[in-house]
Amino acid sequence: MPRPDIQVEHLDKRFGDVVAVDDISFTVARGSTTALLGGNGAGKTTTLAILLGLLLPTSGRVTIFGEDILRHRYRVLPRMNFSSPYVDLPKRLSVRENLTVYAHLYGLVRTRDLLDRLAADLGIADLMKRSYGKLSAGQKTRVALAKALLNDPELLLLDEPTASLDPDTADYVRSYLEAYRTRTGATILLASHNMSEVERLCDDVLMLRAGKLVDRGTPEALLTRYGRKNMEEVFIDIARERLLLSPDGEDRNVVQ
Amino acid sequence: MSDSVTAQRMSVLSLRRVAAMALRYLYLLRQSWPRILELMYWPTVQMVLWGFITVFLAGKTPWVAQAPGIFLSAVLLWDVLFRSQLGVSLVFMEEMWSRNLSQLFVSPLRPVELVFALLTISLVRTLIGVCGAALIAIPIFDYSIFDLGLPLIAFFTNLIVMGWAVGLVVSGIILRYGLGAESIAWFAIFALLPLSGVYYPISVLPGWVQSISFFLPASHVFEGMRAVIIDGAFRVDLLINAVVLNALYLAAGLATFLYFFKVARRGGQLLQVGE
Repeated sequence: MPRPDIQVEHLDKRFGDVVAVDDISFTVARGSTTALLGGNGAGKTTTLAILLGLLLPTSGRVTIFGEDILRHRYRVLPRMNFSSPYVDLPKRLSVRENLTVYAHLYGLVRTRDLLDRLAADLGIADLMKRSYGKLSAGQKTRVALAKALLNDPELLLLDEPTASLDPDTADYVRSYLEAYRTRTGATILLASHNMSEVERLCDDVLMLRAGKLVDRGTPEALLTRYGRKNMEEVFIDIARERLLLSPDGEDRNVVQ
Repeated sequence: MSDSVTAQRMSVLSLRRVAAMALRYLYLLRQSWPRILELMYWPTVQMVLWGFITVFLAGKTPWVAQAPGIFLSAVLLWDVLFRSQLGVSLVFMEEMWSRNLSQLFVSPLRPVELVFALLTISLVRTLIGVCGAALIAIPIFDYSIFDLGLPLIAFFTNLIVMGWAVGLVVSGIILRYGLGAESIAWFAIFALLPLSGVYYPISVLPGWVQSISFFLPASHVFEGMRAVIIDGAFRVDLLINAVVLNALYLAAGLATFLYFFKVARRGGQLLQVGE
């Protein structure tokens, strides 16, 4: 069995008395697309931030590509990348300038050719000379995705990759991510509130509530387990602590 | 991934990443001529103000008449200290204003590489600002600070290093406490102005204040500047004092910034910064 790309053991993060992540453990298999689901404040962004090394956990261990992220963060970071609509790129720099800076930060060579190719792939060639701050939300998302794909990451962490996008742009982003994973075999871990996106993209789902990992499985398995037709209903069941169904359709127990 | 690229990505300090960040700040500077003008504006206004005060006092005070460049040199060198501190702190705040810090630190960029880039761009900004004012002083007041010769390099270097050290401490505090603390960047250095003997000898200060002044590299620089201008002597002892103190200051500034960076990683401040 191949080593998982991400291995999280007894991860805990507290901010004073507030428990953001409460003793969670999980693995993410190489080449999979895994969703991190949960309501607001469930601990998704905190977990992603710890995986990225932006946030130090209170306790627990995170291993990425077999390396302890707390001790060997800089061995891992060149092989991964991140995108979120909640962080920005410098607004006054042009798209090309922004991407050039990040290409150099990742130690990439022949950046002009690389950026031209990426811009063509993501349909942002016309935007390269424009200031990042003057782009629409959809255009910014494409540029952020270009930044996240600059180093051909083996592991891509995405925080709500299609938040605030129109359906057309959102579909484009999802299609691109599917194609990227197929082409490169990359592992993708994404936090999302869009359940149709999760059903379409993900092989595995991790359900968080109040910092705890309360369930996990493939979208199909979760639909069967909760007796629901779609992931949105499953999400609501878990968020509202509704009851699981027993195999004969009777209420079984409260989701823990 | 080639071995050389891998090694470069994993090296403790990558000049390429430092250059990438310096490039980012140069892009920003290049795009806005008002920013470049602003760099020269205040040093020039200060220089003109003190130039006319010198003209006025030269006819009244023998001390100033004997050394007419003393205030102009002082104001220009003070601006080296102020601009270098501001160059570090303001450019660091650019990252917070643009909500770019978390993007930067999920890349292989190390905090110490960001620091080196900040120091580099601080040097560039200080040179633009102070050199502009210094050049304008030549035709207006018939005074060139460049006449100080080689000692000027020693004064400039020591003041810019002290400014970097203060700038790093200020940046660390802003990282830890957020943009609500950004006004510190503007006033912190001025607490050192009366103690540094910029416009008067340290000997005029009360004894206990002189004891504090001794621990400021700037006070040795300005004493050294007066020795050159008034006595025509370069005081090596003062230079050594300034260099030793600056080595300690810079180490303390770097350590403070890295400490606050670690505190920010623990408290989640890298995720929460923004406009």
